[in-house]
Amino acid sequence: MTTLEQAPAAGPETGKEIGKDRRRKEDQRLITGRTRWTDNLSVPGMLHMAMVRSPHAHARIVSIDTSAAKQATNVYDVVTGHDIADSQGVLANAWPITEEQKTPTHLPMAVDRVTFAGEVVAAVIARSAAEARDAAELVDVEWEELPAVLDIKEALKDEVLAHPDLGTNKSALWQFDSAAAGTGGDVDEAIAKARTDGIVIERELLQQRLMPAFMEPRSYLADPTGEQITLWSSTQIPHIVRFLLAATTGVPESKIRVIAPDVGGGFGGKLAVQPEEWITFAVARRLGKPVKFTETRSESLMSNHHGRAQVQHITLAAEKDGTVTGLKVHLDADLGSYVALLGGGTPVLGAFMFNGIYKFPAYQFNCQTVFTNRPWTDAYRGAGRPEATYAIERVMDDLAAHLGVDPLEIREKNWIKNTEFPFTSVAGLVYDTGNYEVATAKAKEMFGYDALRAEQKERRARGDKVQLGLGVSTFTEMCGLAPSRILGALRYGAGGWEHATVRMLATGKVEVVIGVSPHGQGHETAFSQIVADRLGVPFEDVEVLHGDTQVSARGLDTYGSRSLVVGGEAVLRAADKVIERARVVAAHLLEANLDDVTFDSGRFSVAGTDQGMGITDVALATFTSHNFPDDVETNIDAQGSFDAVTFSFPHGTHLCAMEVDTETGRVKMRKYVCVDDIGTVINPLIAQGQVHGGVTQGISQALFEEAVFDDAGTLVSGSFVDYLLPTALDTISYDVAHSPNPSTTNSLGAKGVGETGTIASTPAVVNAVVDAVRHLGVTDIAMPMTPERVWTALRGDPGGADTVESAEPHFEGGNLESPEEDR
Amino acid sequence: MAKISLTVDGEKVSDEVEPRMLLVHYLREKLGRTGTVVGCDTSNCGACTVHLNGRSVKSCNVLAVQADGAEVTTIEGLAANGQLHAVQEAFRECHGLQCGFCTPGMIMQSVDLLNENPHPTEAEVRFGLEGNLCRCTGYHNIVKSVLYAAEHGSAHSEGAQA
Ligand code: FES
Ligand code: FES
Repeated sequence: MTTLEQAPAAGPETGKEIGKDRRRKEDQRLITGRTRWTDNLSVPGMLHMAMVRSPHAHARIVSIDTSAAKQATNVYDVVTGHDIADSQGVLANAWPITEEQKTPTHLPMAVDRVTFAGEVVAAVIARSAAEARDAAELVDVEWEELPAVLDIKEALKDEVLAHPDLGTNKSALWQFDSAAAGTGGDVDEAIAKARTDGIVIERELLQQRLMPAFMEPRSYLADPTGEQITLWSSTQIPHIVRFLLAATTGVPESKIRVIAPDVGGGFGGKLAVQPEEWITFAVARRLGKPVKFTETRSESLMSNHHGRAQVQHITLAAEKDGTVTGLKVHLDADLGSYVALLGGGTPVLGAFMFNGIYKFPAYQFNCQTVFTNRPWTDAYRGAGRPEATYAIERVMDDLAAHLGVDPLEIREKNWIKNTEFPFTSVAGLVYDTGNYEVATAKAKEMFGYDALRAEQKERRARGDKVQLGLGVSTFTEMCGLAPSRILGALRYGAGGWEHATVRMLATGKVEVVIGVSPHGQGHETAFSQIVADRLGVPFEDVEVLHGDTQVSARGLDTYGSRSLVVGGEAVLRAADKVIERARVVAAHLLEANLDDVTFDSGRFSVAGTDQGMGITDVALATFTSHNFPDDVETNIDAQGSFDAVTFSFPHGTHLCAMEVDTETGRVKMRKYVCVDDIGTVINPLIAQGQVHGGVTQGISQALFEEAVFDDAGTLVSGSFVDYLLPTALDTISYDVAHSPNPSTTNSLGAKGVGETGTIASTPAVVNAVVDAVRHLGVTDIAMPMTPERVWTALRGDPGGADTVESAEPHFEGGNLESPEEDR
Repeated sequence: MAKISLTVDGEKVSDEVEPRMLLVHYLREKLGRTGTVVGCDTSNCGACTVHLNGRSVKSCNVLAVQADGAEVTTIEGLAANGQLHAVQEAFRECHGLQCGFCTPGMIMQSVDLLNENPHPTEAEVRFGLEGNLCRCTGYHNIVKSVLYAAEHGSAHSEGAQA
């Protein structure tokens, strides 16, 4: 048994920390409820805020009567967009994908017009959250409803406009062509040739809207009573929030401190500049008092950004033997009503991933972004890459089916062989390392691929009512977002470097300040392992600090599987500089030549002697500085920064077995195996946890989740009653393994793991379901594959129609007893 | 306002509360027991799960006045005499949490589940946790944690503390 304050004793853990299943340092607090979620915090004199939101998808604000609300008990103020028009700043789009991109100004609080159902038009500030909410009900808004456009295809017609002033719903068209870029041939030629003498597969695939649905609702607390204005925010990006608050409100950056305390999940959903966040900041400044806003779950789903939401037009050309000769992609991507922080950039990230692990000789990618009167879209776990992987892995299955060969065979025919790395893809990126053969062979063996194929055959022959399907997804993704120069070339407004500081304390403890900002990833543990190895100090002696711009002055935060790949390298560089500085001091103290002093496992030694001293002794000697070399600064701490030259490319083979009840349309997952190459694994326990969670989110896109709106643009799936997240009962245990080939882009050899599961799993599940029923004439089922959609597809409808109600789960466990009483 | 007296994590407390106040808000706002959290507004997520007289309840689904005279245990009172509960240990050991937001509810629900059924099958664990949502772990390691706790047992049970 362990005590409350301390992590358990290390036990027999010796040797290298990297690669060890360290239990997490974070957990002691989290399992005992000693948490610092933003909503847990309060400061003296703090007021609470509630929002008044638009019930209409598109409307003009005629008038707002706040008088009744202002009279309500304990109400301090009621604020409308006009009141803070000059001080609220704007919500920036950091990535205008083309020079011509249409980017309407996005105000945190609407002033004249609302563009989606849920937009904030007023805020009520009161002594308690309940009083603020009560009074918000009393705010009377007079609306003039405007026609709303709610669907990508409708929006493209430009008949009803999301922003009438723009004159169009089209924001930007981003294009890549391999012939023009010199990375490949002409795709139209390849398609024309295949039409006469080959195979052409054409598909329209739908990426439904999803909601990140992190478990901790967002919360913001702004305190303007100190020298700096402090904003506690449940954000993934404290540094970026600070920069953009300063850039858009005129408050000097040095007068803003942003703290991301404990943050309960993000998945891209907290990679955002949020209206309520800016409003909290503006209102606190206006009142000169601390103000807190915590959203309800309904508000969270309604007004936080959504993800995916694309129509994909795919044309694949191949020779008769299945060798792919070209891929043409056209995306229509729903921005929602504004271009969010990374709004247009998110689908554009897919440009580099539609070609997947394959050697396509010709490739073209076109992405049209389009406005609708729905909440804006932005990054959701994988961000552009799951969409791309879904499309290519679906179409590769279609090609295999067309030829009547095993889907793995068609992949192997087209994939990059392990002898061909580094490989420059047709999209122009260099894949550093990989071995698709090994990952696939291992996955097949774990899965029992051949036996399951035999069972499938047997069930088909028997005409079993429950058919079995095997789904394949051989994916790659680009991680470590992102090399600053590539970002610059793509017109992104910031860099992609990372920063760290390593401080040696007098008592021998080590503080590591990281610029990345965790919200469940276990950075405190993983970075402790890295530093413990490098400096040769005990794992327990390393303290990792993050998430406060006054502690961690520099950083670009956590998203895009970048923390380890970019941030880890920055930490290593800082640690190496500490060693270099300490070596100078050690040489002095040991009265040795600098060249003779070497460092290993925490100890400086003098070559050819038994003399030496520990790095922690050097730290103490530096603290006292009684005997210090001349002209050397009395400090051995160091900072490190890293900007990668290119991305890293994790890959893997995911195999999924699904059973489909052809009478009811219910589907059931039987087995899920994945073998991923994520490069060097720092902590297998944590890495596998990332895979489990990621895989589940991808499965959930395939089977359960969809943001559904009614004809008026109101979010129907606006609570956890209607937006279906899987439960423990809807999921199974997975078989996860790694087949590492260290990356060459960073000295850890890490490739990134946060998004792999989500990117890979969606097509594996859909391919499995389609595989189960393809012999019955089904070639596509729209996601989420509800029993109704599967059933309908089996009766001849591809199932691409709009969902009229939210998705339905499949419940298993009929043989389990229900709880004996209602508690 | 209504007067309530109850025991929370072994401490006797007494307050005047609005009749509409939810137990979870009472715990968080009046008592500062912020270990118990709110993840939804429709009683779906289970993040707010506590024990009321030894059985798990979603504390967003109970009025504070309904807890009058009751014994409430939250995640903050689960460990006894400075020792973690076996289920807390198991979640740490099996990496049953990532961001940790669902964790108080998951742990309290798991304790209840194991009190009812000390040796559940995997299917029974999954069934027993159906009312608790987690977005991070995919449930894989949560299920593993509960099975681990069942196997490795616990010397102490909740409420043993003074
Ligand atoms: S907060 Fe109680 S169930 Fe979600
Ligand atoms: S650990 Fe994050 S929601 Fe469960």
